Amino acid sequence: MYLHPEFEKLTRSEIEALQLERLKRTVRQCMNTEFYRKRFAENHITPDDIRSLSDLSRIPFTTKQDLRDSYPFKMSAVPLSRVVRLHSSSGTTGTPTVILHTQKDLDEWANAVARCLYMVGLRPGDIFQNSSGYGMFTGGLGFQYGAERLGMLTVPAAAGNTKRQIKFITDFGTTALHAIPSYAGRLYEVMEEMGIDPRRDTHLHTLIIGAEPHSEEQRRRIEQMLGVKAYNSFGMSEMCGPGVAFECTEQNGLHIWEDYYIVEIVDPVTLEPVPEGEVGELVLTTINREAMPLLRYRTRDLTRILPGACPCGRCHLRLDRMKGRSDDMIILKGVNIFPIQIETVLMQFAELGNDYLITLTNEEANDLMTVEVELNAFSDDYRRLQSLTKEIARQLKDEILVTPVVRLVSKGSLPKQEGKAVRVRDLRKTLI
Amino acid sequence: MTVQQISIFVENKSGTLLRVLELFKEARIQLIASTISDTVEYGIYRIICTEPVRALETLRQAGISADVSEVFAIELDNIPGRAADAVRMLSEAGIGISYLYSFLLAGKGILIFRTDNPDRTEGVIAERGLRALNDDSLRSLA
Repeated sequence: MYLHPEFEKLTRSEIEALQLERLKRTVRQCMNTEFYRKRFAENHITPDDIRSLSDLSRIPFTTKQDLRDSYPFKMSAVPLSRVVRLHSSSGTTGTPTVILHTQKDLDEWANAVARCLYMVGLRPGDIFQNSSGYGMFTGGLGFQYGAERLGMLTVPAAAGNTKRQIKFITDFGTTALHAIPSYAGRLYEVMEEMGIDPRRDTHLHTLIIGAEPHSEEQRRRIEQMLGVKAYNSFGMSEMCGPGVAFECTEQNGLHIWEDYYIVEIVDPVTLEPVPEGEVGELVLTTINREAMPLLRYRTRDLTRILPGACPCGRCHLRLDRMKGRSDDMIILKGVNIFPIQIETVLMQFAELGNDYLITLTNEEANDLMTVEVELNAFSDDYRRLQSLTKEIARQLKDEILVTPVVRLVSKGSLPKQEGKAVRVRDLRKTLI
Repeated sequence: MTVQQISIFVENKSGTLLRVLELFKEARIQLIASTISDTVEYGIYRIICTEPVRALETLRQAGISADVSEVFAIELDNIPGRAADAVRMLSEAGIGISYLYSFLLAGKGILIFRTDNPDRTEGVIAERGLRALNDDSLRSLA
């Protein structure tokens, strides 16, 4: 049941004691980096000031911009000769960022991913196929090393080439697959075209889904389509990659490994801690990393901590499924809206397919949201089509407090990519 | 007695109709009658064809939202006023017509329609001696 009982079975007070010890060590390590040395000096902080976990709040946040400014090696806490790997972001939105790893960091990363996979019942003997992109994208190598560490036959199928992906699944008898949620839907569509019934013709029993925010309804759909149990995975390249938080078999919240990270949830505007259980931005401090420790890193991911104990027995905090990125938040007519709210409503309609596209426009200072949805099931009745659009618009209004224009489109007509799905287009012009 | 009609969800953008017709062409399925009206965003393209079952399969495989439904087909003598007579019979029985289209086939007038009360419509057809067609009898005219 536990791959690492010595960590997974810790009580709250044991977790906190371990965190304090590791935090103190991490802060001392940070003094080896050019970046944190300067930042501590500016804020008159020394490692000795950190005597309890609550002292963490004295340290300023670290942001994505700080990572960019430190590109490539200014945040290294070890000599470059001890660094064995780097992962870099694409930098499509600015200067790229770099994350450095020592051999111990890579080992600990693999351990974390292996722990997650073991937690959902995967064992040596399972055949694990990874449809992530390899290379710089951490979902590739991260799952590869983790699955190998667990002792599974691991297939680095990588992204794309859906027909070959499916051939591997059937030929090798793949039992567990890692795929982003929109790609899981795509796999099913192509299987259908190829005349393959995933329940009958494959040995798939477990799907690991992450990287893209998705709703509970979408997960249930994927599970039902492919005949698998699907578990939500959360990671980010700044925190190594996959293996940060993962669902247990309860499928109710993602345990974040607190022997690796200290978790805070803050209001993205005021940066003050949110009241217990409320949604805010996830802030993480790495406490089990050598090459590039990060203190109070603002992840931009929005979530909340689920209250209460998990029936699985682990005391590591549970994060609610990600509510999107604080960057993805749509502000329409002054209302804050997350695409996941819209998806949750749409998934309740059996007549609709898995894809949708939100377009924001403005005319004469009036913001307008158009939601295009794919019609899946169809009946020869104009009135029913009209009442369907009305009902979707009404339910969306209840959820997001803004009435969108709902447009039915035919199946397969929305932009679809092998990578992440396009969900939001903001075509609003600045009216000044 | 009814015939099978294919209904297709079509978006109002160029090329949509062509794509559907190309699929019929490739599958070598012939249209007997078809109708579509202009709408703002989307329309329903309704087709009576030689092989409705295979047509539906072809469309669905191509990822097109389509369905098959049963509609009434009435054969009339090719004489002015016969359509009015038939519709009056339905109207007198309090039956509402959802949609209707007509054409001439092998010297006969054909009315295709859906009503809000299929059971009563069957009754009127039988009592008033209207000549209803099924798929085979319609195909034999074509």
